[in-house]
Amino acid sequence: MAELEAVIGLEIHVQLATKTKMFCGCELSFGDEANVHTCPICLAHPGVLPVPNEQAIFYALQIAAALGCEVAPRSIFHRKNYFYPDSPKAYQISQYDIPIASNGRLGDIRIHRAHLEEDAAKMIHVGESGRIHGAGASLVDFNRGGTPLVEIVTEPDLRSAAEAAEWARLLRTTVQQLGVSDVNMEEGSLRCDANVSVRPAGSKELGTKTELKNMNSFRFLQRGVEAELERQRELVEAGGTVTQETLHFEPQTGALTSLRSKEEAHDYRYFPEPDLVPIVPTEEMLREARESLPELPAARIERYVGDLKLSTETAAQLAGDPDIAKYFEGVAEMTDDIESQVVANWVTGDLAAALRQLNRSAEDRPEPGSLAKIIKMVSEKQISHKSGRETLFAVVENTELDPQEYVDRKGLAQMSSDSNELESIVAAAVESNPEAAEQIRAGNGKAIGAIVGAVMKETKGRADGGEVNRLIKEKLAE
Amino acid sequence: MAKLVELTALEAHGAMVAGEISAEECAGAWAEAAAGDDLNAYLWRNEGDDAAALEVDRVCVAPIAVKDIFCTEGVPTTAGSRILEGYRPPYTSTAVRRLVEAGAPVLGKTNMDEFAMGSSNENSAYGPVLNPWDRTRVPGGSSGGSAAAVAGGLAPWALGTDTGGSIRQPAALCGIVGLKPTYGAISRYGMIAFASSLDQCGPLTRDVSDAALLLAILQGSDPLDSTSVGLSGGICLPDREDLSGLRFGVPSDLTGQVFDAGVRAVFEATLEKIESLGGEIAEVALPSAEHGISAYYVIAPAEASSNLARYDGVRYGMRAEGVDDLLEMYELTRAEGFGAEVKRRIMLGTYALSSGYYDAYYGQAQKVRTKIADDFSTAFAGVDFVITPTSPSVAFELGEKTADPLSMYLNDFFTVPMSLAGIPAISIPAGLAEPEGGGPRLPVGFQIAAPAFAEQKLLDAAFALEQAIGFDARPEGVDG
Repeated sequence: MAELEAVIGLEIHVQLATKTKMFCGCELSFGDEANVHTCPICLAHPGVLPVPNEQAIFYALQIAAALGCEVAPRSIFHRKNYFYPDSPKAYQISQYDIPIASNGRLGDIRIHRAHLEEDAAKMIHVGESGRIHGAGASLVDFNRGGTPLVEIVTEPDLRSAAEAAEWARLLRTTVQQLGVSDVNMEEGSLRCDANVSVRPAGSKELGTKTELKNMNSFRFLQRGVEAELERQRELVEAGGTVTQETLHFEPQTGALTSLRSKEEAHDYRYFPEPDLVPIVPTEEMLREARESLPELPAARIERYVGDLKLSTETAAQLAGDPDIAKYFEGVAEMTDDIESQVVANWVTGDLAAALRQLNRSAEDRPEPGSLAKIIKMVSEKQISHKSGRETLFAVVENTELDPQEYVDRKGLAQMSSDSNELESIVAAAVESNPEAAEQIRAGNGKAIGAIVGAVMKETKGRADGGEVNRLIKEKLAE
Repeated sequence: MAKLVELTALEAHGAMVAGEISAEECAGAWAEAAAGDDLNAYLWRNEGDDAAALEVDRVCVAPIAVKDIFCTEGVPTTAGSRILEGYRPPYTSTAVRRLVEAGAPVLGKTNMDEFAMGSSNENSAYGPVLNPWDRTRVPGGSSGGSAAAVAGGLAPWALGTDTGGSIRQPAALCGIVGLKPTYGAISRYGMIAFASSLDQCGPLTRDVSDAALLLAILQGSDPLDSTSVGLSGGICLPDREDLSGLRFGVPSDLTGQVFDAGVRAVFEATLEKIESLGGEIAEVALPSAEHGISAYYVIAPAEASSNLARYDGVRYGMRAEGVDDLLEMYELTRAEGFGAEVKRRIMLGTYALSSGYYDAYYGQAQKVRTKIADDFSTAFAGVDFVITPTSPSVAFELGEKTADPLSMYLNDFFTVPMSLAGIPAISIPAGLAEPEGGGPRLPVGFQIAAPAFAEQKLLDAAFALEQAIGFDARPEGVDG
């Protein structure tokens, strides 16, 4: 049997960070007391009418521009009808056959469409499971109801769970840089569903897909998709067929449970929303949306690789987080005589390690100037790399600290090669390690480590490793 | 001077401005008249207790009866349904707010067919309204309470809503004026939705001048209704005396159908009146209009099935008791809360929107709607107005058509095409006719339809015709 290939498409809901809700004047909120941000409109009292939020439409146009989508000259809203207490009108205002944006691309993945809609209210099921089944009571918090959403749907272009998670991260960064959403998965301002299927590698046909819901982190997205792919592969390899259904991913257990099958799928009875007129963006709005775009990750990666000669990997690492990218560029500006890759290595390597080991968050990064000073001292061989790292740790612990002052106080300044001090320490080390000296002379280069170690111990790491190696070889050659 | 309640709203306004009557006298006389409601026209009367939102700074316009479909803060608003029994909205509709701001006190909320679905007012959960001309007969619907209140001397004028004829048909059956404005002329905000793409509110008045005055107060775009645009140039009181130079189109596709002989006689006499005023009668084709009822009874129920889904017992209104779970709560609340006609239309509409049937029903009906609108556009290229009887019959007896929904639906035969086209249409009383089965003569309405946003022209022509007809019959016991 041919190997089974994974076919994955994502549906991502982005809550827009507008001031007010999609169709009424209630403020957006997170974590406030329940049902305080409500009005007759978002509670669906009889007789109310929706009025679209202009800012939300503009944000959607910015997303469309960032994803290289075509914008519909005239898109319309539809009603998606279903009964559930989280939907006070018993329909969601969404877009159906004419979405505001379609046919885009982000990285290698094609975007099928992006459309505007409103979020449902939040249900809280009182009971052990936290889910409706077996709950003693269900409460509704309408604060979230009516929050503007853009739903982004990809083509089924992703080929592994890891690729799906990585692409979802790129999308998040892209949306984040537009400043149109908080993109916080835990708070639900970014939500991700995956459509998963398998097919024989090389086949052009799509297999029967299942839809995975409730993956509220990229890690869970990857795990959920992996678990589902594995289930489908086992099923198909054993001669079975996949049934179209919607699955709920339980992150704690990794279990996938069926929410509903195709037969139980809702008939949403979509029809054009008669209370709203079509969205017809003006040329001016479209131009403004395009011109407002900041440099997006994909373009930034290109610039880092092309202009700064960074490796693709490092470039992606930096460009993936606008804060880090900005920080890196700040440091690089002050160290313009040093190779960018070296600066980047400090940011992604030593600095990241320091923050992690000292349990500091990204905001605790030292001033770009402090890191620039350290990098300069190391490249000018004033201090060793090891001392540089030690200084960096000290600066992360106390951001007020001046790196130069620390180096002076700790006496980390490297012994320069022309000082007799280092030469005599090397001589002493060679003398006190006769066996190692003998082995080196006999051609065993590795034995030099013991002597270098002794020198480093004596100099407390202030000596430059390369210089020490050179001096030892010189001494032994005498 | 005539008795206060004999004055039209415009006359009362004039008398108040001239200082001949005080605002308090005017409001008091009408409150007293409304209190004498023996037609079941009012569901709630304003006695001041719970109507802070209706407090008028300075009364300068005659009090008004408002169909119980307009949300009014703190005041019971039921839309004629059991499911909204006890519901007091937390906000006020734009139309009522405009009335209050204009200085018009609200007399009360009038009875109606449940959620505006009906042509006889027999679908109200709060009992039928009686026709003041003959209390064994219906006042028409769905704005039956508003029409009966004006015709019966219980209100000087009233606010109604029209989805397929719900202002024009009861106005015709009660012998008063009813105007359905262009879709978008008046804000729908706060008007409980039946079929959103068709619903439009408008005046039910004693004469055309009052209709113009009320429209002038109500019209205008509203930031709370994206589909409202208002009437550019506003509305002036009509003063046209003749119809010379105007062409009136008779659509044989509609008027060629069989309807009551008495209604036909009044219609034909009115055509002669038009000609005597210098107007020209022409034949026009509305080839798709006869399919109006079929299209309407797909589109309106489809939208209604969605609009009425919010009545689920969760947030307000009635909730069935003794239920065990969510589904049962939905089912029992809606089973107990809605009447038979509303349930029938929810089922029709749900079916028409279902996947697999959408194209055959809703999609097809929308195509017919477009064709009807195109028919009118073509017709208006050759004529200024399209004219028909308003209703195929005079007021029919209570219970006469309740067992036969289709014959009830056919009451809207002449009014539905204009609703589907979104154009303005007015019904004015044109005379009296005997019912088919014999009996005392009853009012007959004459419908004039105009192109979208041509309300001023429509009111001017209707005014000239009204003066020429000189309809002055009143139900027994009603002054004026």
